[in-house]
Amino acid sequence: MTPPRRDQPQSLIALWRNPVARAWIYQIAILLAVGLGAHTLFQNTRRNLEEKDTVSGFAYLANEASFGIGEILPVPVLEGGLIHLLIAIVAGLFLVFLLSRWQKRRGSTIGADTRLVIVVFILLFGVPLAVLFYSGDTIRAIHYTEANSYGVALMVGLLNTFKVSLIGCVLATLLGLFLGISRLSSNWLVAKLSETYIEIVRNIPLLVQLFFVYIAVLRTLPQPENSLRFFDVAILNNRGLYLPSPIPQDFANLFMLSIAATLTGIYFWRRHVKQRQDRTGEQLPFFLPSVAALVAVSGLVWLIFGTPFQLEYAELRGFNFVGGLELSPEFTAMLISLTLYTAAFIAEIVRSGIQAVSKGQREAAQSLGLRGGQTLRLIVLPQAMRVMIPPLTSQFLNLTKNSSLGTAIGFAEVVNISGTIINQSGQAIEPIALTMVIYLTFSLSISMLMNWYNAKMRLVER
Amino acid sequence: MKSEAAVEHGAGAGKPPMWSIALGWMRRNLFNSWLNSLITLAALWMIYEVAVFLVGWALVNAAYGFDPESCRAAEGLCWPFFADTWKLFMVGRYPFELRYRPLLVVLLIAGVAVPGIFRAVRQSIWYYAVWVAAGVVALFIIRGADFLNISLVNTGLWGGLMLTMILSVAGIGFSFPIGVVLALGRRSQSMPIVRALCVGYIELIRGVPLITILFMASNMLPLFFPPGFDLDKVLAAQIGIILFSAAYMAEVVRGGLQAIPRGQIEAAEAVGLNYWQTMAFIVLPQALRIVIPPLVSTFIALLKDTSLVAIIGLYDLLGIHAQIIANPIWLGQGVEGYVFIGLIYWIICFSISRYASKLEKRFQAAQH
Repeated sequence: MTPPRRDQPQSLIALWRNPVARAWIYQIAILLAVGLGAHTLFQNTRRNLEEKDTVSGFAYLANEASFGIGEILPVPVLEGGLIHLLIAIVAGLFLVFLLSRWQKRRGSTIGADTRLVIVVFILLFGVPLAVLFYSGDTIRAIHYTEANSYGVALMVGLLNTFKVSLIGCVLATLLGLFLGISRLSSNWLVAKLSETYIEIVRNIPLLVQLFFVYIAVLRTLPQPENSLRFFDVAILNNRGLYLPSPIPQDFANLFMLSIAATLTGIYFWRRHVKQRQDRTGEQLPFFLPSVAALVAVSGLVWLIFGTPFQLEYAELRGFNFVGGLELSPEFTAMLISLTLYTAAFIAEIVRSGIQAVSKGQREAAQSLGLRGGQTLRLIVLPQAMRVMIPPLTSQFLNLTKNSSLGTAIGFAEVVNISGTIINQSGQAIEPIALTMVIYLTFSLSISMLMNWYNAKMRLVER
Repeated sequence: MKSEAAVEHGAGAGKPPMWSIALGWMRRNLFNSWLNSLITLAALWMIYEVAVFLVGWALVNAAYGFDPESCRAAEGLCWPFFADTWKLFMVGRYPFELRYRPLLVVLLIAGVAVPGIFRAVRQSIWYYAVWVAAGVVALFIIRGADFLNISLVNTGLWGGLMLTMILSVAGIGFSFPIGVVLALGRRSQSMPIVRALCVGYIELIRGVPLITILFMASNMLPLFFPPGFDLDKVLAAQIGIILFSAAYMAEVVRGGLQAIPRGQIEAAEAVGLNYWQTMAFIVLPQALRIVIPPLVSTFIALLKDTSLVAIIGLYDLLGIHAQIIANPIWLGQGVEGYVFIGLIYWIICFSISRYASKLEKRFQAAQH
């Protein structure tokens, strides 16, 4: 066998035998195939759109919407005071970020120096509050009417999505925490009831539950004249749920400000208590003085300046209730079903989080002399939290994405508004793409935050 | 504890009486403190109230028989509703005279599933080939085929539980291989472009709600095909479901791939296997075995998610129900239908999830 000559085809074979080169050949081929596919789809779409005489692009967003929305929240306009406020917040965040980098380079953290913590507080809360105080009057909001544009309609939908998701996340967490702890209860009946609830709710599609709540429960409620009343505070009928709404009085701002100031003071007191305990082992009282300070300050402001908020109750006028906080049947159904559904999943996360903390940790804490509450607060929960928070976040994201089901019952969230825009304007691609981008931005930013949090937790754990 | 009890039993005059064991159990588990006793009583009262309500609604105040008119007077459950509409819930508007076909498919699937109880059969690769073949045959039975002289049934007539099952089973069947490829791509070390494409796809799909993908499938997908091509509505939804599910599959499979120790791959390379051989014979068989329980959970999630096709106008369980209650005869009978649909989903999903947790326990036992 003669050795192969070192010229011509051999080099090509060698290229094919080289794993790196081969990987690149594959990748280029795949990229070409994907590009060709995308090109074909694009060409087909273009021809289809030409046949239908559809104008592509996002110009339609400026067109008049001319459809009504049942659920309207004021849309703040990006001008004047809002811009100032946003600049103040972003600048504050950026400066704090720089500060933390600077401290890190010096081998320290912001938390190590009380003066820096004060600076951070001023940057994050003080400056934006001051800006709000001085140019808050110039913040303008649009109250949507049919004459507004598609873009404004979409913003209203976005706000509705946020509203139902935010309240839903809070309620679902509370209910889920309760269910998850009940599931581990030493009371057999309570544990079984909780398990039954979880197993029923988890195995039925959310959409079925949503329709059930909306059509089978809320639609069968009485007319406004025969509403169900809970001590006249909550009023429930087939037009929705009515709650008293707090109307801010003259000194409401001062009241809120005094509470914020007290909370800041409590934070610094807690810092002081902790540092003192770390240094000397002496435990200063924390909980009772904090509550006392909060009650005293807010009570004092209340007494001197009068009630900061007056409750306005809904009243029956003619055939309908007027005033107060009105929650439409769609919103109520959405909130109830999202909360009940997500709570079942959160309960399982809570249960597995608590069970993930090994029994030895609890026993060790007890042998050190910690009381039951201390064990839970200082030993079990911090460790359970580390396990629970990533799946919890993904449940919150799920809840937000699931709020898109509101379109099925006509709750005016993003997907519902987009659907109406598709039907009215004849645009097919752009509204869907826009909706996807909205959800995607939200999901990706939350998961980035999550990765940051996980990295931080890992650092702490070492 | 156990041995002590056993000794006591052995030495004493036989077992304590039944009522004493029961009382002891109740003291320990229901009345171990005054607070727990209070909670137990409250829970019992709640159960009693719910039970009274349910019995009253479903049995005492219910309307029986076949006459829709009797439901108008009754306050409770309308049994005639089920007697009349259960066929619609099962197969939708599928032609009545052809209803033997879905039945045939059920028998076919049962026939293929039964041999699976034997371990030897399950371990043969041919068994899975038979499953795939059965799927194809089932599709032809339901849809019909011109070249076999089986009359065609338009997909617009498919509905009910049948459509739900078709969408979810085909969804999982097609998205699984796509998911495996995506997971391998995402784990690829040497191909950054492929990795970026896979990561982009997976994160894009997982970041948006299914309903937007279904809207895309029903509104945008037809535009992707050459003009004049008429895309079937059910097929469009099915494509949307597959594309959606593939991203979730990929993440599940990736979890399995990550659990395989690096030594396995290095050993395979040392023996001289190339990438595809390593994956096909060493990594995937182990990884896929690990991910069977989460795969089953994904299937349950997908089964529940298929209910969204009702929003884009398909006649699955929810869609056909909307049609039924639009019928003046059954106007106002919403509750019965939703309870029935919920029950169908619950029975299927709960039994599958119980099976999955059994599997998981068996795997865990096998590992120790």
